[in-house]
Amino acid sequence: MNDAFGRPGSVIVFGGTSDIARALLRELAGAGCDRVVLAGRDEARLAEAKKEAEASGTATVTTLIFDAEDVAQAEAVVDRGFEMVGRADLVVIAVGLLADQAEDEADPARVARCMTVNLTWPAAALARVGHHLRAQGSGRAVVLSSVAGVRVRRANFVYGSAKAGIDAYARGVHQTLAGTGAGVMVVRPGFVRTKMTEGRPDRPLSATAEQVARDIVKGLQNGAEVVWSPPVMRAVFFAFGLLPERLWRRLPL
Amino acid sequence: MPEAGTGVRTLTGWGGTSPSAARVVEPVDADEIDDALIRPDGPTPPGVIARGLGRSYGDAAQCAGGVVLDTRRLDRIGPIDPETGVVEVGAGVSLAELMRTGLASGWFVPVTPGTRQITVGGAIAADIHGKNHHADGSFGSHVRSVTLATPSGGYEVGPEADADLYWATVGGMGLTGVITGARVTMRPVETSWMVVDTEQHDNLDGLMGALERVDKDHRYTVAWLDCSARGRRFGRGLLDAGDHATSADLGGRRPGDPLAPPGESRLGLPPHLPGGLVNPLTVAAFNEFWFRKSPSRSGRLRRLGGFFHPLDAVANWNRLFGRRGFVQYQFAVGNEHGELVARALEALQVASTPCTMAVLKRFGPGDPGPLSFPIEGWTLALDVPVGPPALPAALRHLDELVAEAGGRVYLAKDSRLDRSTFATMYPRLADFEAVCRRVDPGGILQSDLSRRLGIRSDLAR
Repeated sequence: MNDAFGRPGSVIVFGGTSDIARALLRELAGAGCDRVVLAGRDEARLAEAKKEAEASGTATVTTLIFDAEDVAQAEAVVDRGFEMVGRADLVVIAVGLLADQAEDEADPARVARCMTVNLTWPAAALARVGHHLRAQGSGRAVVLSSVAGVRVRRANFVYGSAKAGIDAYARGVHQTLAGTGAGVMVVRPGFVRTKMTEGRPDRPLSATAEQVARDIVKGLQNGAEVVWSPPVMRAVFFAFGLLPERLWRRLPL
Repeated sequence: MPEAGTGVRTLTGWGGTSPSAARVVEPVDADEIDDALIRPDGPTPPGVIARGLGRSYGDAAQCAGGVVLDTRRLDRIGPIDPETGVVEVGAGVSLAELMRTGLASGWFVPVTPGTRQITVGGAIAADIHGKNHHADGSFGSHVRSVTLATPSGGYEVGPEADADLYWATVGGMGLTGVITGARVTMRPVETSWMVVDTEQHDNLDGLMGALERVDKDHRYTVAWLDCSARGRRFGRGLLDAGDHATSADLGGRRPGDPLAPPGESRLGLPPHLPGGLVNPLTVAAFNEFWFRKSPSRSGRLRRLGGFFHPLDAVANWNRLFGRRGFVQYQFAVGNEHGELVARALEALQVASTPCTMAVLKRFGPGDPGPLSFPIEGWTLALDVPVGPPALPAALRHLDELVAEAGGRVYLAKDSRLDRSTFATMYPRLADFEAVCRRVDPGGILQSDLSRRLGIRSDLAR
């Protein structure tokens, strides 16, 4: 069960090898979380993430392999995750793929793949997660969105538009869960230095995975519906939202 | 699984943290309780727990996705035996109601906590203590028998009848069964007034020394600490020592009915107050005011309500903490670990956490209940708002110190303990679980608290 500070005893992570998910589990391990299911694509990297979670003090860590391109299996994967952990106090959907915009935008197959991994699979999974949380009468889902989806920009609109979709969808699911004891929290990180963004130039206001994890833990305590990380991103993107399209398109972002 | 439109409600404890949804049923008799326990709907047991007036601070009276039995309609009060003071009451009777009825013929409840808005069932399930623990023990020591509905049928248990089940039920947080009624021994009193001595102490050592001293001469003792005080005044506070006033004590000084019961609270707070009202500045100012308004004086006559239940003056004071709610951290340690009182106050100050209330008291010997909280020594209760970033870690650190000292945290207040620390603090957990397995082999009785703390580890949750 979640404690008075919103900290879970049990967690399922879809996208369990992502840097943000791993940082989050390190934060939670010291705060009473002792059962974790890590779901991911790559067996070797899952094993590594499992070892890390155990080393940070999580008593029971199990792994589950799934493919986020296989949308038809999303429901079964989610059911399996709940079966493994029993009652899930927190479900993290951190599945994501940041591909190359220049290559993607001209290739319909790559556009479709980006949409599948960043939007369709997470949305299908969240629909099923919502069903389980409703039955439990408690629990939170955390969906990793991105500021890229707040106002899509020329430089990464394929990824950004998928995030815009999952962001809006997750907020809708949250509304359906009102009064059920459960809820969904959307997390909108800015530019995070992780393996997903490796090799890309640093940006102003970039954050580490650890900072995002701490912002998520704080959001859980506050019962937040949306978490910006770093929090200043909220103001930044409010200002961006006011810019006329012609100017926005030309900004070197 | 709860379905919409069938009484599903979101519940929290008094602290307003960790909401969860359950189907709330208000049984009027044992049959309706058996329906929930013996024929639980759904393919797997969804869990059932009893709830009284919801004064447990954490998640003890919640059962996410299951059934919560609101016992308040089990409200009959039998006649009080004029010789022994024994009264048969329904589990949903509040101590306020029991006091009102009892005082009319000169009987007071044997033990009362800082509020009278709790039920008899809750008083037994939490094995509550009061300001008289050093003299009279906890509530479970004043109960002749308990009627209990369990998945394996009904029981009538007491200290002499199935003592294992009785003592597991006392302090068992509702996990041995649904308490439907009890026979309680009341205390004879001549008036509803108290004779109270109040002492101001400028530091913690003086206060703790005084508390040890006054315990010998007074039935009811308690100390209130100013958590905001630092330096030479660290741990300063007020000590109240009281006894029931006799007719002679009253001596015609107070007109009217000498046995008039405490009234209902008339003040209330609106819902949805903004967070941040409870902050270091407001708390320090309040503490200063509280400390100064009570100079040392002895032999003052005070009404029962004001002495025992200052919190009941404002009906829903918990709203003061806003949406995020608050936590009460109450621990008990043996006499030789009195230094933990200072360590706890320091820990909150270091974590920049305003503490709105700190109450210190001495416990007499504990009772045989495996999950009963009191152990002989010191107990300190601290009210803190959810919010300060360093608070969760500070409380975990305190958990460790308390566990190392052989102490424990009070389950009726708890909302954040973890499984392994809980198991260390309550070493007789296995005895408790063995009794539960006997009367509830399927593990139908469960609460958010029992799931969080891993009670009934024989069952997958």
